[in-house]
Amino acid sequence: MADASLASGVRLVRTPTPRSRFEAGVKIALIAASLVSVLTTLCIVGSLLFETLSFFGEVPVFDFLFGTKWSPTFAGEQASFGVLPLLWGTLYLSLIALAVAVPLGLLCAIYLSEYAPPRIRKTIKPVLELLAGVPTIVFGYFALTFFTPAILQALGVEVGVYNALSAGLIMGLLVLPTIASIAEDAMSAVPQSLREGAFGLGANRMQVALRIVFPAALSGIVAALVLGASRAIGETVLVLVAGGQSPNLGADPRESYQTMAAFIASIARGDIPTGSIEYKTIFAVGFTLFVLTFVLNLISIRLVRKYRQVYE
Amino acid sequence: MPALAAVTAALALGLAACGGDDEPSSGGNASAGSANEELSGTIRVDGSSTVFPFAEAAGELFNEEQPGVQVTVGQSGTGGGFEKFCAGETDISDASRPIKDDEEAPVCEKAGIKFEEVQVANDGIAVVTNKSLTVDCLTVDQLKAIWEPKSKVNNLEDAGDGLPASPLKLFGPGTDSGTFDFFTGAINGEEGSSREDYEASEDDNQLVTGVSGTAGGLGYFGFSYYEANVDKLNLVAVGEDAASCKKPDSASIQDGSYKPLSRPLFMYPSDKALQRPEVKAFMEFVVNNYADIAKAAKIVPMTDAQAQESKTEVDKLAGVQ
Repeated sequence: MADASLASGVRLVRTPTPRSRFEAGVKIALIAASLVSVLTTLCIVGSLLFETLSFFGEVPVFDFLFGTKWSPTFAGEQASFGVLPLLWGTLYLSLIALAVAVPLGLLCAIYLSEYAPPRIRKTIKPVLELLAGVPTIVFGYFALTFFTPAILQALGVEVGVYNALSAGLIMGLLVLPTIASIAEDAMSAVPQSLREGAFGLGANRMQVALRIVFPAALSGIVAALVLGASRAIGETVLVLVAGGQSPNLGADPRESYQTMAAFIASIARGDIPTGSIEYKTIFAVGFTLFVLTFVLNLISIRLVRKYRQVYE
Repeated sequence: MPALAAVTAALALGLAACGGDDEPSSGGNASAGSANEELSGTIRVDGSSTVFPFAEAAGELFNEEQPGVQVTVGQSGTGGGFEKFCAGETDISDASRPIKDDEEAPVCEKAGIKFEEVQVANDGIAVVTNKSLTVDCLTVDQLKAIWEPKSKVNNLEDAGDGLPASPLKLFGPGTDSGTFDFFTGAINGEEGSSREDYEASEDDNQLVTGVSGTAGGLGYFGFSYYEANVDKLNLVAVGEDAASCKKPDSASIQDGSYKPLSRPLFMYPSDKALQRPEVKAFMEFVVNNYADIAKAAKIVPMTDAQAQESKTEVDKLAGVQ
């Protein structure tokens, strides 16, 4: 690849000048930079796949995917490798988070893009992005040491100190700026002429926002939602700190749940011998998580293409 | 700086006095000479998470006198620690139980690693409940009813006669921890056999937070973590039967009368590591300053008699060279 493009560059300039050599060097550097990410991805998938396959050499795929009991670190007959409780914990916490983040995030984006005077917008947007930059462990301890005891328990909600409700709601706040900021970018990018046209026809602000700008920015908004969902699904530290560590298939938000990412983080903290089945469990769960976010990204690319509107 | 030199010299004299017991004058002089110079190097310690605070405090106090020596302390659990120890990756292994003669010791033997067992402190497991759940005594049978595999006890009144009715939320250490092995062995009769549906964490502070913040919370972890959080938790007395129920404290843990949840804690130095002056100095420091270290680590110290035995053990090891 690099050789061919180098050759074509040479043909254009005819004789290799210092400048053309410099350009060729730049090109190679750029290709190398992008190869790093591609190779990293391939290596990660490879290493995950290798240990996962060896995991499935010992545990039937069916037991893993459809088993309802997760206790991989226990000895002998007590060991059980059904990933459903972890999968459910992950989705359940994400659902709680998105139930907060999606409506709030979109309303926030509409306000910032369509209603807010420039001065307010200039203040709120950086604050929002600041929130997105707060380390997630801070959110974790915010949920554990403030939100659960001082808000939920004080309001009379009978929650344990580790519970899905607190972790999920605070995770919603964590995801909110991602959704709001990207959706707002997408809506601001809608050409002003569209809005003016609608106003000219007598539409009011809300009609313009909901019927003109929102559909026009839909592809960007979908991207914002999927990014938010991916972030919630992959979030580790917050749920590890505040969500608890019980694999749980229930539906009570006051209970404690374990997510896939939190399982990986918590079990890697203890000592499990390399090559043992518990060790391989980490990779099998990691691979499942990878597939989950990968599918989500595929769906998002589909949706983005489907709803994309191109303006001249 | 002069003060530091003085301390080092004093320590060197102390060590010399200790190490020189077997051989009179010549041995004493030789070790005084080697300890006078500042020691350097890295001592790798790993093992039980229960011994971890003790080993960490020992490393810090030792550093004040020997700043050139770096003591790294891990907490892989007793079993995990022995695994690394027998692979030659660590110099000293912390353990909350003796090494297993049938499983772990042969691995060490195969690798040509010889070791000695030195008691350094005592430990008890505290059974605690949330402040709102006041229960004074739980017998081994009642604890077993709660914690045994496939237990369906989710309300305290189902665990035995005379217990109050309260929904339970269980907290305990993860399966890698020495505390888990000890508790399941002592209560359920078999190490590693336990119900699975409890909130497990390798981080004892997370267990403290869980029990203290959850109505109906009941859990177990090292006594030192209880001592650091006395006002947040309700301590439960434990015994074989109601008559022998006893609340753990330093004395009952040291003499083993807090049954069956008290035990000695060990450090296992390898013979090879002990030939390095810094490791030898560290082990001597540990047995000579056991009370200060235990205090700093909020752990139950050895009794004088136990300490004497450990000192003799270390002196013997140091004399071997």
